[in-house]
Amino acid sequence: MMKNAVEVRGLTVVRGRTTVLDGLDLVIGGGVTGLLGPSGCGKTTLMRALVGVQQVRSGTVTVFGEPAGTPPLRDRVGYVTQAASVYDDLTVSENLRFFAQVLGVGPEEVERSAAAVDLTPHLGQVVGTMSGGQRSRVSLAVALLKHPDLLVLDEPTVGLDPVLRQELWGLFHRLADAGAAVLVSSHVMDEAERCDRLLLMRSGEVIADGTPDEIRERTGAADIEGAFLAVVGGGAPQ
Amino acid sequence: MSPRVLLAVATRVLIQIRRDHRTLVMLLVLPCLLTTLLWWMLVDLPGETFDRLGPGLLALFPFIVMFLVTSVTTLRERSSGTLERLLAMPMGKLDFLLGYAVAFGLVAAVQSVLTVAVSVALLDLDVAGPVWLLTLVAVVDAILGTALGLFVSAFAGTEFQAVQFMPLVVIPQLLLCGLFVPRDALPTALGAVSDVLPLSYAVDAMTHLVTSTSTSEVWSDLGVVLAFTLAGLGLGAATLRRRTA
Repeated sequence: MMKNAVEVRGLTVVRGRTTVLDGLDLVIGGGVTGLLGPSGCGKTTLMRALVGVQQVRSGTVTVFGEPAGTPPLRDRVGYVTQAASVYDDLTVSENLRFFAQVLGVGPEEVERSAAAVDLTPHLGQVVGTMSGGQRSRVSLAVALLKHPDLLVLDEPTVGLDPVLRQELWGLFHRLADAGAAVLVSSHVMDEAERCDRLLLMRSGEVIADGTPDEIRERTGAADIEGAFLAVVGGGAPQ
Repeated sequence: MSPRVLLAVATRVLIQIRRDHRTLVMLLVLPCLLTTLLWWMLVDLPGETFDRLGPGLLALFPFIVMFLVTSVTTLRERSSGTLERLLAMPMGKLDFLLGYAVAFGLVAAVQSVLTVAVSVALLDLDVAGPVWLLTLVAVVDAILGTALGLFVSAFAGTEFQAVQFMPLVVIPQLLLCGLFVPRDALPTALGAVSDVLPLSYAVDAMTHLVTSTSTSEVWSDLGVVLAFTLAGLGLGAATLRRRTA
């Protein structure tokens, strides 16, 4: 088991006039951690802070002992945004080759990443002509190019069919087994069961933290969706 | 700074342009057609009018085209999230900016060679100075356009806004660069404004090349344009923020 990958202390983020995160404390370790909560609860903002692209009002975010976003981490953290951040006018392999060059990894990693997200048959296809699910897989493949130690995935399975979702969750677990810390956000509660650990968020606060079993037990709910509603309804942070 | 990353950005931008056939044709053919149009307009007028106006046009095209292309493409990088992703990777801001400058500089070089070739070979533009220097000035103009385009893209929220920076940044320079009224005949205040606009020096350099064989003034004008370009790239780098709100 790895040491804490991420430590967040007193993180406050203000966007415009809204305080999105207000003094958040959080620790994320190895394995697959699910970040769940309704749209607008601050999942993306938290993830952006971990990657170091979010302006922060106060507090600290430490990743592998370094302040988030500092140069030594840029090699070690893979980040997949909600919208596919790839070039629509390039083919899959042109996209991957470009990012591989930026990251300084060899062309063999391009093949491996494409295979990992099941895109090998589409390497020559222009990304703009692909479906939403395929495009987000290209975006994911980019994040896998350099075997990141921390993988931050913002709703990576949105718009994917069940078979593919199952495959991707399998991939996340294989990456975690290989030693990476994987943080996956989702607003689909049935995906929660697939996580080693869950963080339920609401209005910028973590309202529950534990394994899926623990959270269900604590709330007496049959599934995570029920547990979430129970925690939200009870209002008491656990 | 890393040459590997710079080269990666430049290559990627060139592949993108190559894939977009319509843009490629417009970049390369349109300046030739417009130069020909100007020549045709002036063909029946007495005097060497095309020799007077043509050089200015050779300075204008690469500047305007690259300004537009760059401001829109960079904005696209900002809004599609690819810029954010790149800045979260081990990429220097200068690698990104210079990568763009190199790619568009190359396109501008091809564009200028074509336009200069059409002007000199087909339209009988009389160039007293060396023709290669004419091309070099055009390339530096193009990179100036790239630098300013990168800079203003930071202030545009949408591609629609980005396009509207053209009248703001380009047209005053176009009016005051000496093409319509010789710069020394402008009212004092406007003359002073004209003296601090980079395009004035680009047009001066072109005009000088056409009318005279001496090149020292061309080099000093080129130096001024280059200084503006570097300042533009510096400002552009300052607007690339790894952390955004």
